[in-house]
Amino acid sequence: MDIVPLLKSLSEAPGVSGYEHQVREIVLAEFGRHADETWSDPLGSVIALKRGTAAEPRPAIMLATHMDEIGLIVSEIEKGFLHFEMVGGYDGRVLIGQEVVVHGRADLTGIVGSRPPHVLSASERDKPIPYDKLLIDVGLDPDELPNLVRVGDLVTMKSSLTELKGGLAAGKALDNRVSVAAAAVCLEELARVRHLWDVYAVATAQEETGLKGAITSAFGLWPDVAIAIDVTWATQPGTQDEYTFDLGSGPTIGHGPNFHPKLNKSLEDTAQSLEMSYHLEPAARVGGTDAVALQTTREGIPTALLSIPLRNMHTPVETVSVKDIERTGRLLAAFIAGLDESFLDSLVWDLGLDADDD
Amino acid sequence: MKDLMKRLTEAYGPSGDEEQIRDLIRAEVESLADELRVDTLGNLIAAKKGQGGGKRVMLAAHMDEIGLIISYVDEKGFLRAQPIGGLDLTTLAGGRIVFSDGAVGVIAPENREDFRKEPELSKLYIDVGATSYDEAKGRLGQPAGFLRPFVDLGKRVVAKAFDDRIGCVVLIETLRRLQDTPHEVYFVFSVQEEVGLRGARTGAYGVDPEIGIAVDITASGDTPEARKMAMKLGAGPCIKVRDSGMLAHPGVKDLLIETAEAREIPYQLEVLAAGSTDAAAIQLSRSGVPAGCVSVACRYYHTPSEMVDVDDVENTVRLLVALLEEPIEL
Amino acid sequence: MLLEQLSNAFGPSGDEGEVRRILARALRDKVDDLRTDALGNLVAFKQGTGPEPRLKVMVDAHTDEIGLMVTRIEKNGLLGFRAVGGIDDRLLLAKRVVVGSERLPGVILAPPIHLSKPEQRQNVIKIDQLAIDIGASSADEAKKLVSIGDYVAFDTQFESLSTDGLRTVKGKAFDDRAGCAVAALLAEETYPLDLYLSFSAQEEVGLRGARVAAYRIEPDVAIALEGTVCDDLPKKKDVSPTTRLGHGPAISVMDRTFIADRRLVKLLVDTAEANGIPYQYRQPGVGGTDAGAIHLARAGVPAVAVAVPCRYIHAPVSMLSLDDFDRLVALMKAALQALPEYWKKQAR
Repeated sequence: MDIVPLLKSLSEAPGVSGYEHQVREIVLAEFGRHADETWSDPLGSVIALKRGTAAEPRPAIMLATHMDEIGLIVSEIEKGFLHFEMVGGYDGRVLIGQEVVVHGRADLTGIVGSRPPHVLSASERDKPIPYDKLLIDVGLDPDELPNLVRVGDLVTMKSSLTELKGGLAAGKALDNRVSVAAAAVCLEELARVRHLWDVYAVATAQEETGLKGAITSAFGLWPDVAIAIDVTWATQPGTQDEYTFDLGSGPTIGHGPNFHPKLNKSLEDTAQSLEMSYHLEPAARVGGTDAVALQTTREGIPTALLSIPLRNMHTPVETVSVKDIERTGRLLAAFIAGLDESFLDSLVWDLGLDADDD
Repeated sequence: MKDLMKRLTEAYGPSGDEEQIRDLIRAEVESLADELRVDTLGNLIAAKKGQGGGKRVMLAAHMDEIGLIISYVDEKGFLRAQPIGGLDLTTLAGGRIVFSDGAVGVIAPENREDFRKEPELSKLYIDVGATSYDEAKGRLGQPAGFLRPFVDLGKRVVAKAFDDRIGCVVLIETLRRLQDTPHEVYFVFSVQEEVGLRGARTGAYGVDPEIGIAVDITASGDTPEARKMAMKLGAGPCIKVRDSGMLAHPGVKDLLIETAEAREIPYQLEVLAAGSTDAAAIQLSRSGVPAGCVSVACRYYHTPSEMVDVDDVENTVRLLVALLEEPIEL
Repeated sequence: MLLEQLSNAFGPSGDEGEVRRILARALRDKVDDLRTDALGNLVAFKQGTGPEPRLKVMVDAHTDEIGLMVTRIEKNGLLGFRAVGGIDDRLLLAKRVVVGSERLPGVILAPPIHLSKPEQRQNVIKIDQLAIDIGASSADEAKKLVSIGDYVAFDTQFESLSTDGLRTVKGKAFDDRAGCAVAALLAEETYPLDLYLSFSAQEEVGLRGARVAAYRIEPDVAIALEGTVCDDLPKKKDVSPTTRLGHGPAISVMDRTFIADRRLVKLLVDTAEANGIPYQYRQPGVGGTDAGAIHLARAGVPAVAVAVPCRYIHAPVSMLSLDDFDRLVALMKAALQALPEYWKKQAR
C-alpha cells in the first residue's frame, strides 16, 4: 500500500474536534475498501466492521485511532480582525506568523498577525504573546467580513503534507491521522489473511477535547479487547530522552496501569516474531489517549496502546517516519490474525487458588 | 416570570442538598407534566409526552447552586468551611450564608489585609452567633448557601444563583407554554452540576435521550475591560458553539439557529473560553448524544449578584418552545 | 492477621495480583462466588437471607497502593522512575523498595550531606533526579533483572506498636489495605441483603477499577471503605486534621469526588450511636474515594464512604489504631444488618 497519498489526503483534510465531516468522508471511503460494513455514530466516529471467520458469537477487537485535529475557533470579531479560542491544546507560541484557513461561509486564507520587530522594544520581544492577544487577519473589509465569517467558525492550519528526506513526512494533523493510516494498512493486510475475530476499526471523533468519541463508540460496540493507536513524542532537541523515541525506530507499546499486561505481552511476542523494532513506553500516570477511555468502558475492556513517534507535536509541521506507520499497521494485522478462541481466557487474572493446597 | 425568578433564586439549594429547591420546582411543574419522578441522585424529571412520533429530547437546567460546607467547629463556636463548587473568594468576606434550617452565619476574614493580599478560604471563618462549641457543633458537615435577595432593576434583574435557577425558570415556562409537541420531552432539573455535572450524567443515562439541550448561563463580554467575547446582555439567547467542556453538535447548533431565524427570535453565537454545562455530560451518555446548549448571558456569575436581562429569558423560552413544536431532523 | 498480610503485600496500581490472591484465599470458603474482570477487580458475592427481591449492596475497598514505576535504565545500571499515584517527592530520599515481579530489593539514592552545599539542601530533589540502585553495575546487567514499566513498592514491614491504649500498628499501604481487611471480615456474617465485596484495582490512578465494577454489579446502594487522611499532628492553626486517630470510623459527607447520600450518612451515624460505637465525620473537602466513581455508575448509585483514619498515608510507612479498625468492622456489620429495613423507609 502506498501510504503517502493516503496520508496526504488525511492530513490536509480539515477536521477539528466536533467538526470532522470532511476527514470523515475520506476515512469512510478508505476503511470501506476492506470492511464489511461502515457507519458513523452519534458523535461522528467512523466505525468499520470487518467480520472474522469464527462461529458466532464472535469475539471482537476494536482499534481506536482518533481522526480529529486541534484547531482554533472564532470567538469575537473586532474591526475586521478575528479573536479566537483554541479547540485542543496549542502552545500559543507556535501560532504567531502561521497561515490558517478560516472555515466561514467560504474557506478563507488568513494570517495570525504579528507586529514588525522594528516597532517592538527588546523587552516586548522577550515575552511570548498570549494567544488571547493574537488576531487572525483574512484581509477583508470590516463591513464585508461579517457576511463571510461569524463567531463559532472553525480555523485550521494551512499546511500541505511535505515529504522530507529519509522517508519522513511533515504536515498538520499527523496527530493522529498517521494512526488512521496505520489502521488502513492493517485492514488491507487483513484482507489477505484469515482472522477469526471481528475487527472494528474506529476513527474516533473529539479525542483532543476529552476522548469523547472513544468513550461513546466503545460503549456502543463493547468489544472484548481494544487497542488505541496514537502518536508519541519523537526525539528532538529540548526534550527528555525518557519520554521520547527515535523516528523510524518502530511503534511503542505502552506499559502501566492503563494497559493489560498479558495483552501487552502478546503484542510484544507478535512484534518479535515479525522481527520488528519496537520500544516499551512507560506510563506511570493514566492519561492522554483514547486508551484511557477504552479501558473503563462498561464492565472494563483489556486495553493496549501502540504509539507512533512524531516530532513537533501539536504544530502545523508534525513530522513522522512513514516506515513507522507501515510497521504499526502490519503489527496490528499480525496480532489480530493470531487471535484465537482461547485468547480471552489467557487474559484472566490468576488467583492462585488451584495451585493452593491449604 | 419575575415572581418565579424571585422565588427560585432566593431558595436554598447548594449542590448535594437540593431538596428545598426541588420541592419548589416540583410544585410548579406537577400540574403541567405527564409524568414526574425523582431519580437516584435527586434529579427532578418532568416528562411531556407528545404523540407525533418525534424524538426523545432531554432539556436540562441545574437546580443546585454554589455554597460552602462546614468542615470544622472551634472551641468558641466559630466555623470553618470548604467550598461547594467554584467560589470567587473575593466576594465572600462580609457576606452571609444560610443553612437548610434557615439559620444564618456571617463570613469574616481573620485578617483583612492578609486576606486581601492572598484570598484563601482557610483565612475565613463563619460566625453563627454561637457563644460556645456546643451551640455550634451540630453544623459540622452541613452545607450552606448564600443569602442575598432578588432585586428587580426593570429590564435587568439581579440575584444570587441565576446560575442556574434562570435555566430552571426557562424550563418551567417552556413546559407551561408548550401546547403541542411531536416529541417526548424530558425536563430535567439536575443536581450537582457545580461539582462536576454529576446529576446530568446519571440523569441522561436514565432518560437515554436522542437529543440533549442544556439551558444555563454564560459569561458576557459587554462590561468594562472584559475579556473579548461576543456575548452581550439583551441580544437574545446564546446558541453555544463551544465552551471548555464541549463542542455543541453542529446539527443541534444549526437547528437552533434556523429555528431562531425562522421565528425572528434574536440570538447570538457563543464561544466561551472557560466553563461548561450539563450538555457536556449528556453528550457522553451511553453511545453518545447529539447535544447543544442555549445560554442566557449573565454578568458577575458565581458572585452573590448575578445579572441577567429579562428579554433574553423571554426569548430563550420562545426559542425552545419553537424548537419543540416542530419535527427535528439532524 | 489479614491486615498484616495485606499491608506487606506488593500492589501498586495496575499490579495488584499479590493482594488479590491473598484476598481470594481468605474469602473462598466464606462467599458464594469470586470473580475478576478486565481491570483486575476481585468481586466476592455473598448471597443474603430473607425474601427476594433483596437489596443489592456493593462494599468497595481498593487493592492498589501508591508506588513507583521503572521508566529508564541508566548506563551505570541505576533505575530511573516515576510515581504511580500521588506521592510527595520529598518522601522518596533514602528509602528501601522492592522492584518488579522478582521483588528485587533496592534503595533510592540520596546525596551524602558532606557533598551538598547548605543552599542545595534547601531544594527539594525532584523524582526525575532520583534513581533506584538494585546493585546492577551496567545497563546490560540491569536489563536482565528488570524491564521498563516494572512496578516498584516500598519495602516496609508491618509491626504492632502498642497493645494497649490506641493499639497502633505501622505498615505501608493502609490506604486501602485497611479497607480491604475490613471488607474481608464482613464476609464472616450473613446479611438480609445480597452483598458484593468489590476489591477494586487502580483507585490511586483515577478510581478506575471501581467504576467498571459498579457498572457490572449495578448496586442499589454502595459503601466505600477506606484508610483515609489523618492529619492530626500538632499544627499552629489546627482547623483541618481531616480525621483524628483513635476517634472512631470517619464518615464522609463530601470530598473532591462525591457528595455522600445523606440517607446513608444518617444510617451510619444512627447505627454507631445505637451500638455505642465512637465515630467522627471526615472533614469535607480534600481527597477522593471509589465512591466518587461508583455513585456515577449508570443512572446513579446512592453512596457513602467510611474509613479508618491513617496517619502518613501515601508515604512509605503509615499508622492506624486497631481500635478504629475494629470499630469500623463492628459499625459495618451492624449497618449492613439494619440497611434493608432502613432503606424501605427512604423513598423520595
